[in-house]
Order: sequence, then C-alpha cells, then structure tokens
Amino acid sequence: MAILAPTDTAPDRKFAVVGGANAPPKTAPRISRTALAYRMKETLGRIGWTLASITLFASIWEFCWLVGWADPKLLPPPHVFIGNFADQLKFFNTATRWAVGVNAADGPTPLQALGITIASTTMRVMVGLFVASVLAVTVGVLIRYYVIVDKLVLPTVTLLSPVSPVAWLPIAIFLFGIGNAPAIFMVVIALFFHMVLATISQIDGVNRNLLNVARTMGATKWQTYRKVIVPAILPGLLIVLRMNLFAAWMVVLIAETTGVGYGMGQVIMLARNTFNPSLVFFCIALIGLLGFLFDLALRMIQKRILYWVPETTGVLRGL
Amino acid sequence: MAYDKPYSSQDAVVCRGVSKVWAEGTDRAHEALREINLEVKPGEFVVFLGPSGCGKSTLLYLIAGLESETGGEIWAFNERVEAPSPDRSLIFQETSLFPWLTVWQNVSFGLDIRGVPAKERREVARETLQRVGLTAAMDKRPDELSGGMRQRVAVARALAMRPKLLLMDEPFAALDVQTRARMQDFLLDVWRESGASVLFVTHHIDEAIALADRVAVFTSRPGRIKTIVPIDLPRPRDPFAPESEALRRELTALMRDEVDRAFAEQEAMLAAE
Repeated sequence: MAILAPTDTAPDRKFAVVGGANAPPKTAPRISRTALAYRMKETLGRIGWTLASITLFASIWEFCWLVGWADPKLLPPPHVFIGNFADQLKFFNTATRWAVGVNAADGPTPLQALGITIASTTMRVMVGLFVASVLAVTVGVLIRYYVIVDKLVLPTVTLLSPVSPVAWLPIAIFLFGIGNAPAIFMVVIALFFHMVLATISQIDGVNRNLLNVARTMGATKWQTYRKVIVPAILPGLLIVLRMNLFAAWMVVLIAETTGVGYGMGQVIMLARNTFNPSLVFFCIALIGLLGFLFDLALRMIQKRILYWVPETTGVLRGL
Repeated sequence: MAYDKPYSSQDAVVCRGVSKVWAEGTDRAHEALREINLEVKPGEFVVFLGPSGCGKSTLLYLIAGLESETGGEIWAFNERVEAPSPDRSLIFQETSLFPWLTVWQNVSFGLDIRGVPAKERREVARETLQRVGLTAAMDKRPDELSGGMRQRVAVARALAMRPKLLLMDEPFAALDVQTRARMQDFLLDVWRESGASVLFVTHHIDEAIALADRVAVFTSRPGRIKTIVPIDLPRPRDPFAPESEALRRELTALMRDEVDRAFAEQEAMLAAE
C-alpha cells in the first residue's frame, strides 16, 4: 500500500527479522539456530492454543446438542454444518443460469463457486480498505497540515462519523445500483470518517521532543511531516488499519445482502430466506477464518515495516 | 521598537528584561518568568538551578527559539532570537532520538535536513560519534542502547551541527547516579573540545557544582534569577573538598527558601479553591 510503505528515511532493512525490545542485543543480522528453534516452539505453541480455544467452544456447543439443549434445526452444532461440506457448497453456485443461451448444467464446480464467492467478498474488503485508508490518511494529514482544511473539513467529518453504515446503504444503491461499486462504497464510507479522526489523533500524539528536534535543526514544515510525523504515526496507523479490517468485513456483508451477484453476504441472505441456520453458521465459520488469516497477514506486514516498534502484545497477559 | 537596532556585544547570549506569561490575556494566564537579565560569554558553562516548575526550562526554550517571550529581548551571537536555529542545539531530558533511524542516521539528521548526501553524512556521523566514543554503535537502533548511550547519541546529534551554544534541559535526570557522574565528565570533555557555550538546566545542586562556571539560582513562580554564584574551581572537582562543601551549603540554603516558598504558595492556592 502506497501510504504505508516506509519513506525514504527508513534505513536498510537488514535488521527487519529481529524481535522486540526484550530480544537480546542483535549483533548479527542472521538469527542463530537456537533462536530459530525458540521461535518455532513459540509459533507451534500459539497454533496449539488457538486450536484448543476453538475446540473448547465447539465442544460446549456439541455437548449442548448431545444432551438436547440445542435444537439442531436452529443451532446445528459444528459437526453438522461443517460435516456436510459438499452439501453446503451447492448454495454457493455462481452460475448465471438465468441468462439466455446458458445451459443449466454449465457453470463452475461447487468448489470453484466457493472460491469465486470468497474471492469476490475479499476483493471488496481489500479494495474498500485500501481506498478508505489512502483517502483517510491523506485527508487526516491535510487537516493537520493546513489550518484552513482543518477549519473547513474537520467539523463535517466529525458530524458524519457516528452515522451507521446502514444509513448509507440506500445512498449506495441509488448512486451505484447493484454490483461491486455499492459494496466497495459501503466499506469506504464506513471506515473513512473514523480513520480520518484516528489519523489526526495519531498526529497529535507525536512526541513533542521529536518535533522540537526537527525544528531546531531547521526542518521545514514539509520536511517535518515527511521525516518525523509520517514515520512516527505509522505504528499507530497500522493498528488502526487492523482494527478497521474487521469493520470492513462486517460492513461488506451488509452491503452484499443488497444484490451484488455473488458474495458471502448474498449466501447468508439466501440462508435467511430459505431458513437454513446450518448455512449461516457455515458462512460465519468461513468469515471468521478469513478475517483471522487477514489479520495474521497484516500483523506480519506490521512486523516487517515497523522493525523499530517494540513487541508489546500480551505484555500484560496474566497480570 | 527597541530591537530594530542590532545589539552588539561579545556575549553568546544576552537576556534583557525577559518575561513569559503563558496563555496571556486569558483567565488561565500565569507568569512563568519575570525580568530575566543574563549575559553568557562565549565558551562559558552556565547552570540554571531551581526547584521544579520555576521556569528555568521555559527560559531555555525561549533561548532556543521554540517559544517566544512576552516581554524583553533575547539575543544570541548579536542576533535577535526569533526562531530555532542549528546554532543553538537543544538536548532534552527524555529520549528524543528517532526510533526508526539508526544511530548514525540520527546523528546526521540535521545534515539530512540540509540535503547533504548520505555518504558524506555517514562520514560526519562517524567523526562525531568518535568524539562521544560510540563509533561501534553506528548501525544500531536507539532501542538497542542504554539510557546513557542514548543521551550521548543525542549530544552527538547536537554536535554534528557544530552549534555555538548547547542548551541542555536536565539531560541526565533520567539516568542512575553512577551513569550521571560519568556523563558529567563526558560532557565537560565535549564542552572543552567544542568551545561552545553551555546552558544547563538542573535541580541537582551537586550537578551544578560539578559543572558550572556560574550557577544562576532561580526563584519559583514567577521565575526570576535570585542570584548568580560563580564557581572558580579547577575541574575535575572533588565533591568532598571544603570549597565544594561550602558551595553546597550556600546553594542548599538558597534553594530551600525557594522550595519552602513554592510549597507555601501551593498550599495557599489549594486553600483558596
């Protein structure tokens, strides 16, 4: 992403692999064998606990089903909604069978259809998130850079930011009809205002001393932004981006229920209309998995770009 | 206006009737500095000593040009102080290194601002780091260094701009006692070698005795210079020598009055609310 790429002030990346502040002083850029073993153990442990956590909640559910507290028609347990995987896939059919000249048997296989559905939803999330971040960070920086932009734009942004994305849904349809555009618009509009405010608060939180150093060194406003403020707010912005990734996943489903051809939201709508809780839970599980994977990817990007930020995740664990 | 005609003197810094009122003209206005008169000669080491919140740091920021005075005039090297300048480097109490830059990039940040190419900057950084004994740490990042090392890098960053005046705002306050003593010796070496004037803010009496040519003792709220105590002892100074003891007694007495007064004032303010 253009805005999140390190600026040219970023030094060479050879220390990028090293860990946080608690890691021992690193003299060699290459990690030693013991360090590698330690990290593998860490990773395996994390995966183990993730599986244990899922297993715990799945077994509670299965137990409720077993003793008859959970009606399988309303709350089908995991083994039911994941078990008939092949059966679920037929609801993801993306064939345009109603079109003239298309054979009823034509179209992708169920597995391909699942792939297409997931890919279209993911695409909308990613494009929406990308457009929203670029716009929001640009506007946020402009608001702090030019007082006139601050005075003219910030009040409106603040005014619009509490509006629920659902309120924008009709506008999205009026403006863009159906298809990808309204879904992407919804993601952008849902994230934009919050991300502008988040960017501003990140800028306001930059250590005064760093700014004063730049000023005494004779930096211009532009240099101060480029060489101090932008690198200083990157860590915070990436966290904002991760938080908003989840928001984007939530909004895209709402948008997709309004008819965008295919997508996860559309499948959930189908499940609702046909009273199919099993399919709903199947979709929920799928979305959870996707969101988790994307968050993991962003975290890895974060580690690479923000090599100077000490690892603080989980510092307070068990406190 | 008075400052239209240039002030001419041999002094590094001249403060004439300087005052500072924060939030002037509002109901939250409070006076930080009143009628400060001070001359600092080139190459002189002056310590500002006073209780916390007495405005001594404010005066340093005014001289740096980061804040502007509400009355009086500040001159540095025959020029009226109106904006920050690389001639007057400020060193802060807390870490002010850029965490995303390596040590050498931090040291040469000011040159980067001036558009000096990277190769040349690295050379300057190497030379400057040699003066603070940290060439080995050139390619490290700030978070890999100890607190004392980081402050040495901050000093090196200031020196790289070849400043004529070093402004230091309690630079060693966050360090432990042993490191602090080492850093004071280090600073004296750097000061002698660079020939720059130093203005050094502290609330530590022993630090003032170890470093200063002259100690300006501040009153609290509003900050005024109560008295200036010259210290005419050869360095390095023995903190247990009778002369040091006498100075310590004198400065302690001067400070105690101010601390007492500050406490009484704070209590009166609480009572009034």
